[in-house]
Formats: sequence, structure tokens, C-alpha cells
Amino acid sequence: MSIVTVQLGQCGNQIGFEVFDALLSDSHSSQGLCSMRENEAYQASCKERFFSEEENGVPIARAVLVDMEPKVINQMLSKAAQSGQWKYGQHACFCQKQGSGNNWAYGYSVHGPRHEESIMNIIRKEVEKCDSFSGFFIIMSMAGGTGSGLGAFVTQNLEDQYSNSLKMNQIIWPYGTGEVIVQNYNSILTLSHLYRSSDALLLHENDAIHKICAKLMNIKQISFSDINQVLAHQLGSVFQPTYSAESSFHYRRNPLEGFKDPALYTSWLKPVNAFNVWKTQRAFSKYEKSAVLVSNSQFLVKPLDMIVGKAWNMFASKAYIHQYTKFGIEEEDFLDSFTSLEQVVASYCNL
Amino acid sequence: MTQSVVVQVGQCGNQIGCCFWDLALREHAAVNQAVLIDMEEGVVNEILQGPLRDVFDTKQLITDISGSGNNWAVGHKVFGSLYQDQILEKFRKSAEHCDCLQCFFIIHSMGGGTGSGLGTFLLKVLEDEFPEVYRFVTSIYPSGEDDVITSPYNSILAMKELNEHADCVLPIDNQSLFDIISKIDLMVNSGKLGTTVKPKSLVTSSSGALKKQHKKPFDAMNNIVANLLLNLTSSARFEGSLNMDLNEISMNLVPFPQLHYLVSSLTPLYTLTDVNIPPRRLDQMFSDAFSKDHQLLRADPKHSLYLACALMVRGNVQISDLRRNIERLKPSLQFVSWNQEGWKTSLCSVPPVGHSHSLLALANNTCVKPTFMELKERFMRLYKKKAHLHHYLQVEGMEESCFTEAVSSLSALIQEYDQLDATKNMPVQDLPRLSIAM
Repeated sequence: MSIVTVQLGQCGNQIGFEVFDALLSDSHSSQGLCSMRENEAYQASCKERFFSEEENGVPIARAVLVDMEPKVINQMLSKAAQSGQWKYGQHACFCQKQGSGNNWAYGYSVHGPRHEESIMNIIRKEVEKCDSFSGFFIIMSMAGGTGSGLGAFVTQNLEDQYSNSLKMNQIIWPYGTGEVIVQNYNSILTLSHLYRSSDALLLHENDAIHKICAKLMNIKQISFSDINQVLAHQLGSVFQPTYSAESSFHYRRNPLEGFKDPALYTSWLKPVNAFNVWKTQRAFSKYEKSAVLVSNSQFLVKPLDMIVGKAWNMFASKAYIHQYTKFGIEEEDFLDSFTSLEQVVASYCNL
Repeated sequence: MTQSVVVQVGQCGNQIGCCFWDLALREHAAVNQAVLIDMEEGVVNEILQGPLRDVFDTKQLITDISGSGNNWAVGHKVFGSLYQDQILEKFRKSAEHCDCLQCFFIIHSMGGGTGSGLGTFLLKVLEDEFPEVYRFVTSIYPSGEDDVITSPYNSILAMKELNEHADCVLPIDNQSLFDIISKIDLMVNSGKLGTTVKPKSLVTSSSGALKKQHKKPFDAMNNIVANLLLNLTSSARFEGSLNMDLNEISMNLVPFPQLHYLVSSLTPLYTLTDVNIPPRRLDQMFSDAFSKDHQLLRADPKHSLYLACALMVRGNVQISDLRRNIERLKPSLQFVSWNQEGWKTSLCSVPPVGHSHSLLALANNTCVKPTFMELKERFMRLYKKKAHLHHYLQVEGMEESCFTEAVSSLSALIQEYDQLDATKNMPVQDLPRLSIAM
């Protein structure tokens, strides 16, 4: 069962690279306590899920890279090629010349419709390469313009065209004290839209991972590269093949389906202590506890509440609204987003 | 890759522009798109005879013999209408060479005639012809000791245009630039032990540049402004872990269309030869960015109200350094109630030549208000006596209403800042949220 990854914007693409790198290097790492046969099955399963057949023996990531300006994608393409272990497909990228300017409205209402056909075509080609396709993994940030706005648009399209496949969105929650001034607006617009079209939202907070790097890993000068690697490590351990207690030699193929199963999981990764800040939003309440994942729904309430509060304060003064109405996102759209997110907060609080 | 077109207008604009291209070439060997405009041949001719002559496409310049006589009306109305078609043609040609034109950078002074009058006339032309392309204006405001008597008239007439047709304005004044240079000279000549300054690293230096002419008095000051423009565009030109494009500047720093004046500061002004840069030095760079001595305008952002702030970092600086400093400096700064954490940040891996790291801070802050108020006062002193007014009124298309409208426009702007300042020390209250029926 294969997963197609869609990497959107600078954040999505930078993280996507680290994830594929982590997955492949894990599958090549020592087999630990399992038998050679099991290890081979594990490696084959991992490869099939995330990479397509080798060309000259180099696996090609099952990924679609999307960004509205070329610098980051070019960087990721060359980094992957340089590793010698894997690479991205030549035609798996979609790039434009000018970014989204941190403007959700621009990403959603301008770039989205304008490039819908091209982007969906590339995605379809990647899906067709899969023997048995299980779903999408979409990596994006909430704070910027492309990952957030275009990400919401693409997810909606995926829901329309592939309604039977699972769609999981990996969302990066920005630092509390801003990377982008309008990040709260972009965040609420993203979350409210994704709520309607995504099956699961996996959240990672920059602040939390930063703390991991500082306190647990003792890194002195933390870079985004460090942060992305920690994230990739966590994600990798979620996605690597596992097997259920019932049938020991049969790998459970689909990680998303697997989450429904209350059986105990065995993590095949080296034990790491960095899992305490893992948060998941249960869109449809299908997630269970596991050795790797701890899903605790009420962890979400505080950060979500904070973002909604800050966005509301800014909205009350109408600051920056003209930047959004310029591209077709009106005040009513904001109000709709606020309403749906307040409902989420209330539901979680009532649990 | 996006392109920007630089529009250099008037003597000041062209001299700064020249420094800019010099430094830009040091950073890359790129194709340069510029339109040079001056109403006096002298300055532009000098540029074209110098070592930079190959840099500029001679078809892209427009000169006249006589100059604008320090008269905004002549620059705006006379030369504006006379040269409009020609100028538009040059702009169109420049734009055609661009794959994806994102921004016009206009460089000019406010106090004279050409830069001020014709420069602002062009803003309207650009807005009509290229509505989707950003218009960033670097404006040199006249200092108190300016030698052009009518500079208040010129500046206020120009400000109305900036209010209405610019996306973003970076106001700078000569006195601040001069003070910065004095500081640097003091440092360089102090001869303190162990504090040798790396010569190439001065923010005022042009060493390694093509121009090898003897230094002119404004050279050092112009280099500072040139460095500002380079740093502004660095994240769009080079790679980094957190990119910031030019359209993001406007998106994040302009909460309301009319409040688009950004105070800038550049640090460090020089690099010491001490190779190991412990975090304290790095942190000093951040602290300096907020000190009033480093601002390129006479302004004190620390003691006024921030609407938004952007930190553009270049070189070997990571996200943790950025976060540490934001946390450290935040308590001493006041932000408007609806933007308590209004920071926009970017990290570009490539430092400027001669430095290992640098920081450009852009602040949308009420500290611009005093500059505007002073300008208005100087204007009123002249206007009450109708001094020199006839020079303007005799130009076709100019009436007294031009003056009164310009002053109203400025007064309205000052009032906006006043209203914001009034909220300064009020406690931040959380507004009641939407309540949901379950």
C-alpha cells in the first residue's frame, strides 16, 4: 500500500525532504532484534510505501513538490540527489516564480484556481504509479501563504477527486511569538477549511519541538534543520511498517487504517525519548493509543484557543483585512472560520 | 526568480542608486534593470562616463538640461507631462525584460524639485500602468539644517503622493546618516586595543566596488542607504531556512493602507576582526537594531508604539538566536493591543560582503510622527507668509488648493498616529468571543 506525499510551501518542502531521508536511512539501519527475513520484509514494505521502483538502483520518493517560488524546491531536489541514497522524481515538481506573500487569500483564491489543473495532473501521475494506493500525506505550515492557502485548496480538491482515499495533513503550528505577523489569520482560515476536507490533522508545534531540541537534545544553536529532523524522526516512526499482535509475520500495510486497531504495536525504530509532545487532532475520532503515538485530544484546546483569541483581537480592529479582501476573502469568510473553530473548542471542552 | 526595477530620480536618487548598483555587483554578477532619470545632465553623465557605464543600458535614461530649480511643481507638472510618454516607454521596456516583475524601487529625495516632484509623479504612472507591481519608495527627507529653503513645500506636496500611491515608504534623513558616520569614524579612529575594525565591513564602505573615484562627501551616507536596499532584497535573492519575499514585507508590515511608513535600522555598522563571535556579540547586534542611534531616521521606536516589526537576518544566525533575542527584547517594547506579538522574521544564509551576519529591522512605529509634525511646522511657517509661493503658483496646473490638500493629507496621517499613541499605555483587554450554542 503506497502513500503519496504532497509537500507545500517552504516549510512543507523542507520537512518533506527530512522525512524521506529519515525513512530511507531507518530502513537501511541495523535490524536490531528482528530476524533477517523480517528485516527484509520491513525494508520492502517501507520502500514500496514511500518510494517507487529504482532507476539505476536509486529509489524515487513518491512525492509531489509544490511551491510558488523556486528556491526551496531547487534546494531540496539537489540535496536529495546529493545524498546518493534516493531522489525526487524529475517531473514531480510544480513551481512558480513569485510566492504567495504570506497571504492565505492569495494562496487559496489566486494560486489555487490558476494552477489547479497542473498540480492535480502531477498528483494523478504519481498516484497512477502506485500498485495499490492508500492515501495522501500532505505537509504544510499554517502561518504562511502557500502551505496554508494553497494547501487548503489542494486538500479540498483531493477530497473531491479522491474521496475514497485517506487524506492526512501534517500541519506545522507556528511559534507563539510570531514568524509571520498575520499567522493567526492564516491559521484559522486553514484549520476551518481543512476541517471540512481532511480526514486527519497531525499537528506539530514549533515551540514544542524547539523545547525538545533545547532541553532533551541539548542543542546550543538550534536551526530549522534540527527542528525538521526531530519532526521527521517522529513522523518516520509513525509511518514505518508495524505488525499487529494477531498475525506476527504479516505487516499491517496501511498506517492510517492501523490506527483504528486497538492491538499493541511494536515500534521498529531505535528507542528515543522524544515523543512527549506529539499531538493529534481527532477529526473523526479514529485514533487510539499506541507505543508510538499518544493522542490526547484536550491538548489541542489551549493552543487552538490562543490562536483563535489572538486572531479575534486583530480582526476586531480590522487590521490587515484589506490584504485579504483584495483577493476575495471577505469578512464573512473570517466569521465563518471563527464560528467553526469556536465549535471545535467547545466540543473538546465538553468531552 | 522575480525581478525588481530600480527607478533613480534626481541628483540624490541617482547618486544613491549608483552606490546601490556598485554594491549589488559585489554581491552578484546579475543583469541590472534600472531606469535613470534626472533633469540635469551632470549627474547621470558622470555615472555613464565612469566605470559603471557598462552596467546601465544607456537607452534607459532620461535627462534634460535645465533641472527643476528645487521646485516640486516644475518637477511634477512641467516635466511630468513633458516626459510622461517617454518615461512610460522606458518602464515598459524594462518590464518586458523581466520574467516576473515584482517590484519597483524608487529612490529620491523629498526636498528638491526633480526627485520630489517628478519622482512622485511617476508613482501615479506606475500605479496605473502596472497595478500589480509593488511600489517601494526610499525617500530622503530634509533635515532641519537643509539648505534648500523651499524643501518643506516640496516635501509636503510629495508626501500627499506618497500617501496615496506608494505601497511602502522607507523614510530616511541625512542627519541620521551623518550621525551614524560620525559614530563609525569615532570607532575606527579610537584605536582601542583589540578593537581593530575590518575595513571592508563598514556599512559605509565601497571597497571592492568598481568606482575608484576619490570619495565624495555623500558617498559614505549613500552607501548606507544602498546597503539597506541590498539587505531588503537579500532573502528574495539568496537561499535561507526562512525566506521572505518583497510582497511579504507589505503584507506583514502594512496593517492599514495609509500607515505604510517603515523606520529602518541596519546593524552591525562594522565588524571587529575578532573571529570568534560569541553569542553576546550576536545579541548586541539585535539590541543595537532597536536603539535610536542606529535608526536611519531621527526616531526612537523603543519609546513609541509598534504596529509591526520585521527582522531580516543574514548570515550564520539560526532560529534559536532569533527567538532568544525576541524574547529578550520584547518586554522593553510596546506593541499595539491587537498585535502584541507582531513579529515578522526571516533568515537568509548569505551574509553581506565583509560580514559574518547582519540584521535589518523595519518598524511600523508611531515614532515617525515627530518627523512629519516637524515638517508640517516648517511648512506652515513658510506658508503663513506666502513665502516663495509665487514660484509654484506660476506653474500651470498649480493652485493654492494643491497646498491645502497636501497639508490636510499630512494632518490626517498625523492624526491616525495620534489615535494609536493614545492607546499606548492602556491595558490590553481580551474582547468577548463568539459564543456557541451546543
